[in-house]
Order: sequence, then C-alpha cells, then structure tokens
Amino acid sequence: MKIIKNIGRFIQMLFVVYSKPEKWSVFRESLFTEIYHIGVNSIPIVALMSTFMGGVIALQTASNMSNPLLPSYTIGYITCSSTILEFSPTIISLILAGKVGSNIASEIGTMRTTEQIDALEIMGVNSLTYLVLPKIIASILFFPILVIISMGLSLLGGWLSLVLTGLSDTETYIYGIRYDFRVFFVVYALVKTVVFGFLIVSIASFYGFYTKGGSLDVGRSATKAVVSSSVAILIANFILTQLFLL
Amino acid sequence: MIRIEHLNKSFGDKQVLFDINTEFQKGKVNLIIGASGQGKSVLTKCIVGLLEPDSGAIYYGGQDFLNFNRQEKKEIRKQIGMLFQASALFDSMTVEENVMFPLTMFTNWTKKEKLDRVNFCLDRVNLSGINHLYPSECSGGMQKRIAIARAISMQPKYLFCDEPNSGLDPKTSIVIDNLIKELTYEFDITTVVITHDMNSVIEIGDTILFIHQGKNWWQGDKHGIITTDNKEVSDFVYASEFMKEIRASIMKNHNT
Repeated sequence: MKIIKNIGRFIQMLFVVYSKPEKWSVFRESLFTEIYHIGVNSIPIVALMSTFMGGVIALQTASNMSNPLLPSYTIGYITCSSTILEFSPTIISLILAGKVGSNIASEIGTMRTTEQIDALEIMGVNSLTYLVLPKIIASILFFPILVIISMGLSLLGGWLSLVLTGLSDTETYIYGIRYDFRVFFVVYALVKTVVFGFLIVSIASFYGFYTKGGSLDVGRSATKAVVSSSVAILIANFILTQLFLL
Repeated sequence: MIRIEHLNKSFGDKQVLFDINTEFQKGKVNLIIGASGQGKSVLTKCIVGLLEPDSGAIYYGGQDFLNFNRQEKKEIRKQIGMLFQASALFDSMTVEENVMFPLTMFTNWTKKEKLDRVNFCLDRVNLSGINHLYPSECSGGMQKRIAIARAISMQPKYLFCDEPNSGLDPKTSIVIDNLIKELTYEFDITTVVITHDMNSVIEIGDTILFIHQGKNWWQGDKHGIITTDNKEVSDFVYASEFMKEIRASIMKNHNT
C-alpha cells in the first residue's frame, strides 16, 4: 500500500518539477553547476571502475577460453559486447546511484530539515523546479557521456590486462572488438543510460524532498534513495532489454 | 494588515487549531505567544501558505489568500519576508548570494543595483563587509541578522519571525528584537513574531495573541499581559517563582 502511495506522490512530484523555471538565466546557471557536480565530478570514479571492470572481463573471458576451437579474437568480441550492452550502462549507473543518488537525497533532505525549502516556497519560488529540474536535465545530458567514457576505458582496460599478461595481442584484441560490431548496441546502451539517469536523480530527489525529521532521517532518505533507484534500474534494464533486443 | 477568520486545522484526527480569529496590524509588531505544542507554528504556517487550513479565511490587505490561485499566491508570497527559527540560510551560498537570491529570482535589476541593495540591507542589520563569508562561518546572531537582511531585501509588506531569539544569548536577543522593531516602524511592515521570550513580549509586543490548546485564548497588549487575571496567561508569563514575586509586587502597586 505504501509503495502505491509513494508511486502516486512520485508522479505528482514529477508534474510539479516540469514547470517553467522562474528565470531562465538562473536555471541555466544551475544546470551548468549540476553538470559539474553530478557529471564532471563522477568522471574519476567512472574511469577507475571502468578500467578495472574491462580488465577483469577480458581476463575472465581469456581464462575460460580453454576450447582450442574458439578463435582467440573471441576475447575482444566478448569484452566489447558485454561492456557495451551491459556492464557500462548498468554497472556504472548502479555505481552512480550510490554516489550521485545519496548525494542528491542528503543535499535536498538537509535543505528540507533545515527549512531551506520552506524559505524558497515562502519567497514564491517553485522549490521542486528550482532544485530538481536542473539535476534531472544534467543527468540526462551527462550520464551518456560518462557511459561513453566508461565504454572506451573498459576496452582499454581489457587490452591492457591482456597485453600485460600476454594472454592476447593487440591486433587480435582489436579485431575481436570490431568483429560484428553494431552501432545499434551503443544507441541501445545510451538510451538505457538516459532512462537510468532520470530514475536515479528523480528517485533521489523524491526521497530527499519528502524527508521528515532530523539528521538521522536524512541518512535514512539517502539509503532509501540508493536502494530504490538501484531496484528501479534493474527493473528498467529488464524491460528495456525486452523491448529493444527481443 | 492580515486578518484571520474562523481558522481550523487538523492533522488526521487531531485538531490543532480551533476557530482562530485575529488581526495583525500594519506598522506594528504583532506577537503570537504560548507554550510549546499549542499551535503557534501551525498557525503561522497556515498564514504563509505552507500548510492548508481545513476551514476559515486569511485576508492579506483585504484579499482572501486561501481563494487565490497558484500564481496569485506567488505574488503575495513575494511580499512576505520570513525569518526562520534556524535562519534557513542557503549554506551553499555566500552571505551576499543569500541576500541577493530573491532579487536575482524576481527582479531584472542589474548586478550593480542588486549589489547596492544587498549592501544596504547588510548595512541596515549592522553586518557590512561580510559579503563573501559563508553562513557556516558566521555566529548564530549573525546568521539571524543575515536572514533578516534577506527577508527585507525585497521590501516586504509582511514580515514573519519564527522564534527569532531561540539559541541566542540575552544580549544578542535584544539586538535582534530591536532590529525587528526598528524595521517594522521604519518600513511600515506588518510584522508577526512567534516567541517564548518574555523579554521580547515586554520590549517589542505592540499586540499580543496568546494561543492555548489551539485556541485564541487571550489578546491584548504588553501592558495588559502584565496585569491580566487570565490564569493560563499568568502561568505562562510568570512561570518561575522569581517572576511570580515580581507579579505580586506589580499587582500590589497596581491596586494601591
């Protein structure tokens, strides 16, 4: 029952969020600030995770290639396919749900408990549009860039691990990456990322905005935001895979 | 002027406000007092539109606020300044950005005009030259004054102060009280102050509304509250033994 009530409130919140901003110049400034906070600040963690993720995928694929009938470029092919289709958009989004989601929920939650949101409302500012809309747009715009960076670094990580361990050579790995490469898979991954970005930011904002109580409740809201947005990502991933690939 | 008529508010089964009728006068400091949990903050939140009352009417200068649409309410809110209990300054912004925020949102002034207004407001609360500090770098008393500067930056017609002295030492409390009083008279604002502080009641209360059990229990001025026979008001005003002795002395002088 509570879930249905929350979904209803979430949809109501979205209707208010998508109102015309008070002032476009203020919105534009907030948007660039959020792109920096949500997007640019996430590049280091995305880069680190992606490089190691690509390396591990390539090593695990190579270690399971005991059948001599399988061509050696299969390592590059599998690393590329799994990275583009699943690991970069989904795993990176789950990581961002933790990093960005908890940050947004605690930021907005603290603003709620310290009456900063009430102060905005009393001034006549639509607090949801002012606080949440730039974050949603920033995530929709920048998360795909993060995932493209992730894809590139994962493939680089795979190449590094194979070359450094001597399990494959550069030429074979690149041939594997290019083998049966479909641009559609990248488009599909980016569409997923846009959906995931929207879910992460809007769910985190929802839990932050409706925080009641004090600092403990802000922590609880951040936890709820991470758990709920992670579950939402997994469900959305399943639905989108059904829609796009089957 | 703000007029409240037959205002009721419940949360679920629990009724918090019962048929409140009152008037807050222009150019005067109007106090709402009462013990904790009696409905003072709920009443104020209803008046400024943060809570929706169950029934009743709220008139801002003769216009029924509760019948306004979203845009009309927004216009009224632009005429309201509010000082929150915990100041509610935006902690990611500097003092200057905090005070400038309403001007940036709602005016088309140039950067220089806005800066001049910010400096005027900060100067008015005796805080010149702290423009680039963050709220966390300021003391509690300074934060209250910055919040007052932000509240008056748009030249409001109505000023609401929710326990402006909470957490402040007596001397700083008097500074804040005097500031509220001066600004009210200087700019002819309708000021509504929620307070527990008896110093404030005596110092700045032009009109006083005592809320008890969610009801409009007593109304009067600072002279009336000292000599009233109303038991609940007396118990609140003269809560300590020391204050009771003072009351006995006042009543003795009053009767002779």
